Amino acid sequence: MTMQDRYPLAYKTYPYAKCADQEAEAPARHPVVVVGGGPVGMALALDLALKGTRVLVLDDHEGVGMGSRAICFAKRQLEILDRLGCGETVAQKGVVWNIGKVFHGEEKVYEFNLLPEDGHKFPAFINLQQPYFEKFVLDHVAALQAQGLPLEIRGKNRVDAIEQDAEGATLTVMTPDGPYQVAADYVVACDGASSPLRKMLGLGFEGEVFKDSFLIADVRMKADFPTERWFWFDPPSKAGASQLLHKQPDDVWRIDFQIGWDADRAEEMKEANIRKRVAQMIGDDVEFELVWSSIYTFQCRRMTQFQDGRVIFAGDAAHQVSPFGARGANSGLQDADNLAWKLQLVLEGKAPPALLASYDDERIHGAKENILNSTRATDFITPKSEVSRQFRDAVLTLSKDHDFARPFVNSGRLSVPCTYDGSALNTDDALPAGPPRTRPGAPCPDAPLDEGFLLGRLGRAKDAAFQLLALDAEVPEAFSAHGIDCEVIALSVAENDMLRERYLGGARSAVYLIRPDQHVAARFGSFDAAETTEALGRAIGKEL
Amino acid sequence: MGQLNTTRNMAQADDVYEMLIDAHEGKSKPESDAFNARLIITLINHIGDKEVIAQALAIAEG
Ligand SMILES: Cc1cc2nc3c(=O)[nH]c(=O)nc-3n(C[C@H](O)[C@H](O)[C@H](O)COP(=O)(O)OP(=O)(O)OC[C@H]3O[C@@H](n4cnc5c(N)ncnc54)[C@H](O)[C@@H]3O)c2cc1C
Repeated sequence: MTMQDRYPLAYKTYPYAKCADQEAEAPARHPVVVVGGGPVGMALALDLALKGTRVLVLDDHEGVGMGSRAICFAKRQLEILDRLGCGETVAQKGVVWNIGKVFHGEEKVYEFNLLPEDGHKFPAFINLQQPYFEKFVLDHVAALQAQGLPLEIRGKNRVDAIEQDAEGATLTVMTPDGPYQVAADYVVACDGASSPLRKMLGLGFEGEVFKDSFLIADVRMKADFPTERWFWFDPPSKAGASQLLHKQPDDVWRIDFQIGWDADRAEEMKEANIRKRVAQMIGDDVEFELVWSSIYTFQCRRMTQFQDGRVIFAGDAAHQVSPFGARGANSGLQDADNLAWKLQLVLEGKAPPALLASYDDERIHGAKENILNSTRATDFITPKSEVSRQFRDAVLTLSKDHDFARPFVNSGRLSVPCTYDGSALNTDDALPAGPPRTRPGAPCPDAPLDEGFLLGRLGRAKDAAFQLLALDAEVPEAFSAHGIDCEVIALSVAENDMLRERYLGGARSAVYLIRPDQHVAARFGSFDAAETTEALGRAIGKEL
Repeated sequence: MGQLNTTRNMAQADDVYEMLIDAHEGKSKPESDAFNARLIITLINHIGDKEVIAQALAIAEG
């Protein structure tokens, strides 16, 4: 049986090997099968396996695909990876940047600084080629597998069919040795934007297609452009209607050209033509090597629901955005972060299956926010009508001399973590003087501690336990309710202004109930066992 | 939340109307369109209130 790869590999990390399940009389049963070993599938599988669940990942290739795709990774995603044990490796290889410049024609119209706040372990953004990102996660997984991590990855295992009932699902998997079946209590579909599972289940994927196309060229060159994000509207080179230049590690630069909907793809993809465009932009005399190129068009769309019985969708399979704003992989990792602990508690029988409905609610809230931002940026960059272009150009023209117009310039609103306002898992804010940024639903912002950083202590990877974070408040040494043991972390804000500013605001003391994904479930001025018990019950879906 | 002023507010209505028309004098259609767009963005910033702008948009809709 030959199985053709759909794309070339950068790293062959999980070569095909025949396994016992293929010989089994009846389909072997697994608690969780993750379909797709991209960044989202791997993060989810790693999180679940660290918490003790046996996870099987099926991927139709044997490793990490070539071609960079994502390059901008946001702080929140590094924090998620850090919780899983590989944030530092990823961050170290990445290029840190803070300044973005926007040009219109020859002139610079706008400049922004991401102004990273002090007292965070990770920078606001790093640039890193997606294959590196995936490789570092897989290396970390391999090291943990050697120590017994219950995570198995099967390469060249392509899911071709699915059947589900109330108890679980059965997958038909194609391999070089022919098909076999596996059964699972839950299947998580992380099979990418064209998700075969979504199609097999006949689920919709509604949204907007943008009538434009972009040519990406990753080029290696020794250039002295600064480490900044440069975006041109109507660039002087005329190499595209808009143009982006962004640095990656290893002297590689990402260049994006907006080439229009009617572009002749085959013609544009010829190396000579790509080289011509790049030369138009960087100058004829600059030597460069073409590392990777691709043409993409894009959609902003999502599924109406991310859960269909025993099948749960995450990442690009569930939602897709334009690349402006770096929200694709970034939001997919937040899906994984949100789902892992919920699935874990449900599988352990500690939370009702209804808890999974909150994944749907919270991450659809996230997807809506991302789609809204991404659609608006796209409308600004590729105006859909004459009048839309007039306003766009008016904003750009005014921005050169007038600061007031600059907030209207939109070359992508960069990914920020989602706050789950209004989630049914939240308990009403009981710390009225507390800072809004740490209200229930918010992801905990980092802060420096005497040793290390706050986030290094929150959201334990190894189980789905909640934590109580007490700031200058009286708390018991341990707290347990609903069969969940909460670790209690008692800190003082004395001589720690950042911790005070981010978690106390005008309050004198506080007790935070923190979810395993480092989001705030509830906060109070002082500890009360009954209130905390009620909030914990709510946060694990007892009221759903 | 702001309220759009829909009472008479422009004392020198004729003067201002003339300024507006004069500003377009000698401009081609695309130049006039671009000018109007810049004017609207500038005034929107001056108003600085999403609610008021929503009310103005509704009036313009007719
Ligand atoms: C040009 C471009 C630039 C981008 N820039 C950014 C950026 O700067 N920042 C950012 O955050 N995001 C960016 N993105 C988006 C990012 O690349 C995606 O969001 C991300 O890869 C999604 O991860 P995923 O794991 O959901 O899906 P994928 O990475 O698509 O992985 C899906 C996996 O499922 C496997 N699979 C598919 N079908 C089957 C099957 N039947 N059986 C088994 N396995 C299967 C595939 O082989 C693949 O390994 C960009 C995307 C593009 C195209």
